[in-house]
Amino acid sequence: MKAHWNIMVVDDEEVMRESLAAWLREDGYNVDTAISGKDAIEKSRMKDYAIYFIDLKMPGGVDGIETMMEIRRIQPESSIIIVTAYATVDTAITAMKEGAQEYIVKPCNPEEISLLVNRIIKIKNLQRENTILRKKLTRQYSFCDIISKNSKMMEIFNLVKEVASLRSTVLIQGESGTGKELIARAIHYSGERADKPFIGVSCAALTETLLETELFGHEKGSFTGASNQKKGKFETANGGTIFLDEIGDISGKLQLNLLRVLQEKNFYRVGGTQQIDVDVRVIAATNKNLSQAVREGIFRDDLFYRLNVINIQIPPLRDRREDIPLLIHNFIERLAPELGRDVGDISEGALKILLNYDWPGNVRELENAVERAIVTCKTHTLTEEDFAFFNKQEQQEWAVPANLTLDEIENRAIIDTLHHTHGNIKEAASRLGVDRSTLYDRIKKYNLPRN
Amino acid sequence: MNTIHLVALGQVDKEIMKSLEVGIWQIFGFELQLLPALPEPAYAYEAKRNQYSSVSILHELVKYRSNDSVRLLGVTEKDLCIPMLSFVFGHAQLQGSAAVISLARLRQEFYNLPPNQTILLNRAVKEAIHELGHTFGLLHCQDTSCAMSLSNAIHLVDSKTDELCRNCSIILEENIKNLKPLLKLEK
Repeated sequence: MKAHWNIMVVDDEEVMRESLAAWLREDGYNVDTAISGKDAIEKSRMKDYAIYFIDLKMPGGVDGIETMMEIRRIQPESSIIIVTAYATVDTAITAMKEGAQEYIVKPCNPEEISLLVNRIIKIKNLQRENTILRKKLTRQYSFCDIISKNSKMMEIFNLVKEVASLRSTVLIQGESGTGKELIARAIHYSGERADKPFIGVSCAALTETLLETELFGHEKGSFTGASNQKKGKFETANGGTIFLDEIGDISGKLQLNLLRVLQEKNFYRVGGTQQIDVDVRVIAATNKNLSQAVREGIFRDDLFYRLNVINIQIPPLRDRREDIPLLIHNFIERLAPELGRDVGDISEGALKILLNYDWPGNVRELENAVERAIVTCKTHTLTEEDFAFFNKQEQQEWAVPANLTLDEIENRAIIDTLHHTHGNIKEAASRLGVDRSTLYDRIKKYNLPRN
Repeated sequence: MNTIHLVALGQVDKEIMKSLEVGIWQIFGFELQLLPALPEPAYAYEAKRNQYSSVSILHELVKYRSNDSVRLLGVTEKDLCIPMLSFVFGHAQLQGSAAVISLARLRQEFYNLPPNQTILLNRAVKEAIHELGHTFGLLHCQDTSCAMSLSNAIHLVDSKTDELCRNCSIILEENIKNLKPLLKLEK
């Protein structure tokens, strides 16, 4: 993507400056111009440019070589192309010695300039990609990737550090998008198992039989289509950690299988007769209320107690709003270069909108909103305008058609609020300004499902 | 305000102007109208290079844009250049109102080959669409068969088509849509 690269054309002659700039803009680059060496140096302090085209001979004190030397000091990463009307060996040597990437004599063949610019940009793209990948790598394994100054989160961080080196099973509970997997990774990578595999499985994504073979593997010929023996995730995770996401969704049969692994530390592949021993730490997560599921008989109590040795409850984002600005800045810092955008800040107005929203999808939803805004943002700062999609979404969701009865409006308000609170009656009641029993009565009156 | 105007700068073969009309109409959908030819662009002549400044021509061309003209394309036989580049096939104001193309380097004769009218017409249509595309905000396209792909050598003009790729077509459609309310306002 070329639009992410800034190019600066420095020349005292307007026609030269503007025609080259226009030619580069047609190619999709962001091009700025400077009328003198001094102007260019000032502009280079404000913005990064991938390439500078600098005319060698400029009046007004600072010539091309001096301009280049100063810019190289301010932006050592940028590439400089010295442009001149006359080729002399001396100036070419001086220019190259002082760090010019190229030296071209105008007028130049358009094909040559295209090749030159493309070559420089190709290298810059690779360098950028390299930096991003390196950052990604360190981020993936670092505990600090979870960002918060909320006291409850701090307690969780301390707990994570304490339990990292134990083998005990951990149950992480929290709404979707709160970062359950990040906590699981933090536990794994802060402990002694860090150099062993961390294997994540989403239990809700697969059917019972598929999940069973996914977790425990299968023997050749154990069912139609099992043409080869396959190792399950438990075997792959041996020595390390298995992260079972959405554990609340697994069937009774699998609950039993899982209980066996937790108790005996061994299992059989599907269709297998050989007992396989494993040393795997289990971290499970769910956005459901497991103890309620146990009371309702949907989830085995013995499995629940096995899983719930260490319990971590992650608060939803709306209960730790102080983290919103921190998270936004972190997302901008990380996502802008990944998306190749020159965005570095957020306006107060935009921040206010984000602070006042309830984030039912939590940190993930916030991240998506910021990412979308960065993509459409045309300046260095995210403004209210960049989050316009966000207001629209909200308004659309809450718009009430004119031809409804009061009952119907009340019914809709309750459904929408419950939807936003993920079926949390207490939270919904407080938002609707009624007490829990009133809300409960209404839910019964309109015959609404709780979730 | 729904016409793309075509104007010859000096003498230009009528058959070429006719081909351009048809080719441009197929892509942009606006009415096409041929204006009476303007004199040769002597004002843009650069003696040192024996070429014509496309920047000066564009400056002059915009003066001839009438009220009902959405875009104006000049066509010249003169070899065009900008200070930095040894030549340009054409030049446009990005998202502006005027563009110009030169036939000089589109002719086989320029490369010491026998003249070929069909090749010339094909090349001219591609360049006209390319430069007008810029005036409608299109940038260079990575799809080498798209008329908006960059051609800075004649073999690259020949290897692309006189059509826009799907992406460029969508962007063009959007840009024209966004243009219309503005055009009405100007009226």
